[in-house]
Formats: sequence, structure tokens, C-alpha cells
Amino acid sequence: MNLLTYLRQFFENPAYRSGYDSIWNRLIEHCEYSLIALLIAAAIALPLAVLSGHSGRGDGTISAVAVVGRAMPSLGLLVLLAAELSLSLSVTMIPLVLLGIPPILLYTHAGIRAVDPAAVDAARGLGMTPWQTVRQVEIPAALPLILAGLRGAAVQIVATATLAAVVSFGGFGRYIIDGLYQYDYAQVVGGAVLVAALSLLTLFVFWLLDRLFVSPGLRAR
Amino acid sequence: MSALISTSAMSQTSVFDLPSYVQSSYLGLIRTQLVVSLGATLAGLVIALPLGQLCSRLPKLYPATLGVVTLIYAIPSIALFVLLIDITGTSETTVFIPLTLYTLAILVPGVVDGIRSVPRNVLDAADGMGYGRVRRYLAVELPIALPTLMAAIRVAAVSSLSLMSIGATIGNFGGFGDLFLLGLKFFDNRLIWLGLISLLVLSVLCDLLLRGVQRLLTPWARSLRSFG
Repeated sequence: MNLLTYLRQFFENPAYRSGYDSIWNRLIEHCEYSLIALLIAAAIALPLAVLSGHSGRGDGTISAVAVVGRAMPSLGLLVLLAAELSLSLSVTMIPLVLLGIPPILLYTHAGIRAVDPAAVDAARGLGMTPWQTVRQVEIPAALPLILAGLRGAAVQIVATATLAAVVSFGGFGRYIIDGLYQYDYAQVVGGAVLVAALSLLTLFVFWLLDRLFVSPGLRAR
Repeated sequence: MSALISTSAMSQTSVFDLPSYVQSSYLGLIRTQLVVSLGATLAGLVIALPLGQLCSRLPKLYPATLGVVTLIYAIPSIALFVLLIDITGTSETTVFIPLTLYTLAILVPGVVDGIRSVPRNVLDAADGMGYGRVRRYLAVELPIALPTLMAAIRVAAVSSLSLMSIGATIGNFGGFGDLFLLGLKFFDNRLIWLGLISLLVLSVLCDLLLRGVQRLLTPWARSLRSFG
């Protein structure tokens, strides 16, 4: 009941309707940080994982990276880099990208590895080149897991982009951090609800992508 | 003057002597870190064991349960922490509850996979030997499920240890995470390094400890060097 009152206070406050501190502006900032980080993480991790999955090497390294990813204290890294290097957005991106890499690596690698060897053999028998096999057989067959990896990375990145506010940047985290400092709990609640909603929306977007792009033949099982 | 300098120099002799604004000793931080993170993992296990058992009995329930825990896991910890302030105030409980919920996303699949790894004929053999439900669970199912389960517990414990640092944003409830924010606030990078390194060392130690527990609990697996 109390939380709802705070929430109404937040959404009725005209300060968050327009201008620099508006919900819309913070949403764009949050999405901007998250998308950039996700794209960089995917650009690094996807080719590596497709390569390692295709060649069947690097199982041990990739599961080790996955463990390190789970154990990584993102707040600590964010603060350390900001304090040691500089308070710049590109430095803030580093922990977000690092956070996104392990799930993409792990799932994509596992997905490509789990492709039915008979299908790969058939592709080879049809005279496909290795590149064609990867593009037309292995990647489509591994797509559910590739998307699951990207989803995991995206959710982690969206959650952690909130912490960019700790080192002076924007996004929905701004409301939480500012609200805590100003003892303005309505602002804190508003920020928390917005960031939670954005995370759930991210899950939903990936669920949609899965529905749209995964071959129905893979889903029937 | 010189006395003042020498005492302040003396108080800085050890890296583990924290400045007064930390409001906790190094050992105190270790205590908070361990009690809250490992406590949350344990609480998560207490919930996940029966829940996982139920899910493996009623296979239709599993996707729904998995969906719910995945949804909860997707909610950023900082959001859950600050929303809980309204209910539990700024306290260790406020950090403890979300951490417990997050471990479920790791532990529930761990329990279900573990139970599913028990071969049907082993259960039949136990039934044939006259084992009751409870005894079969404790003496047969749980030990066979243990390697899978322990792997999940280790991941849950280590990720709770690192997730907990975000509790620093709602006050001094982040364990070593407190050092990150205080170091940033008071321009003391040494403190940030100390927090980060301590957290990593503690995570590695916890993981090793849990591996040790696993070895003790599964003596038959000791000859098989490869798992873990």
C-alpha cells in the first residue's frame, strides 16, 4: 500500500515528465548504455564462441570464463575503473561489456556443440563449405541457445547499467541514487520500478525474438 | 605535531586497518559478508530442495516454476533492495531476502537436474530393499544427486558473495562492497582495491571449502578425479 503511494507520487511529479530528468530521457540513456554494451559484448563473444563451438575446442576455458563471470563484482569493478582511470562513459562501459561476454560465450558454444552431428554431416555431404555449414546449419540450429545467451547478457547489462549512476552517469539508476541521497523515497521507488520493468521488458523482447526467428522445427520437441 | 604524525603513521601500518568512516573492522566486514551471502545460499537451499522435489514429481510444474525464478532473477538487485527498504527497513534482512530469491534461479534447476540424474533402477532397488520414502531420499537420492547439487550450490554461493556488494548502495550492508562506495566517496582508491581483492579471495576460499565439503560427502567419487 505504502509503495503504491510512493509510486503515484513519483509518476504524478511533473519534474519527471519533461526535460533532463524526465523518465523518457532516463530511459533513452539507460537503453543507450545497455545496447552499446550488449553490441560490443556480442561482437567479441559471438564470433569466438561460434569458432570454438564449430572446432569443438575450448570447453574448459569457456566454462572457466563463465564461473569468473558469475563471481565478478560488477559494482567493485565499476567503481575501481572510475577511480583509477577516469569518470568517462567509455570506462563505465568496460564492466558492462565484461559482464555480457560470459553468458554469450557459454550458451553459444554449448549451442553449436549440441547441433546434431548428422545434420552437419549431411551439410558436408551436400558439398557445403565450412562457412556455409556454420551459417546455414549450425547457427540456425543453435539459435535458441544463442538467443538464451544474449538474453542472459542483456538482462545482466540492463540491471548493471543502473549502477552507472553511482559513478555520475544517467539512466534509471539516477533516480535510485539521487533519491537515496536526498531522502526522497518516492524517487527511489519510481526508479526501482522503472528499472525492474525495463528488465522484464528485455526478457519479453528476447522471448519475442525466439518466437519470430527460431525455426518451428526446433520448437516442436 | 611529530607525535601526531607518528600515531597517524602507526595507525596506517596494516592494510587491514580501516579508516574510521568505514564504521566496521575488517573482520566485521568478513563476518557480514559470510553471514549474509552464505546464509542466503542456505536459505535458498532450504526452499529449493522441497520445491525441486515437487517439480520433479509434477513435471508440469517445472516450466512454470522455472519461469517465475527466471523472472525474479531478471529484476535488478538494486531495485529489490530499495523496494524492500519500505518493508524491512535498512537492515541486513533487506539484502538477505533478494539474495535468497536470486539463489533460487540457480538452485532449483540444480536440484531438479540432480534428482533427474538418479537412475530409475537405483530407486527401484532401494524400494525393493524395503527403504521408506524418507530413508530412500536421504540415503539414495540425495547422495547421487549431490555432485550436480553441489555444483549449483557453489555457483549460488559465489554469485551471492559478489551480488551482495550492491547492498552498499542502501547503507553499510554490502560487506566488502561498502569499501567500494566509501573509497569512491573519500577518494581512497586503496580501499576499493582492498575490497575487491578481499572479495575475490573470499569467493575462491568459499568455493574451495565447498569443494572440500563435496569430497567429504561423496567418498565414493574420490577415485574419479575428473569431476568438479
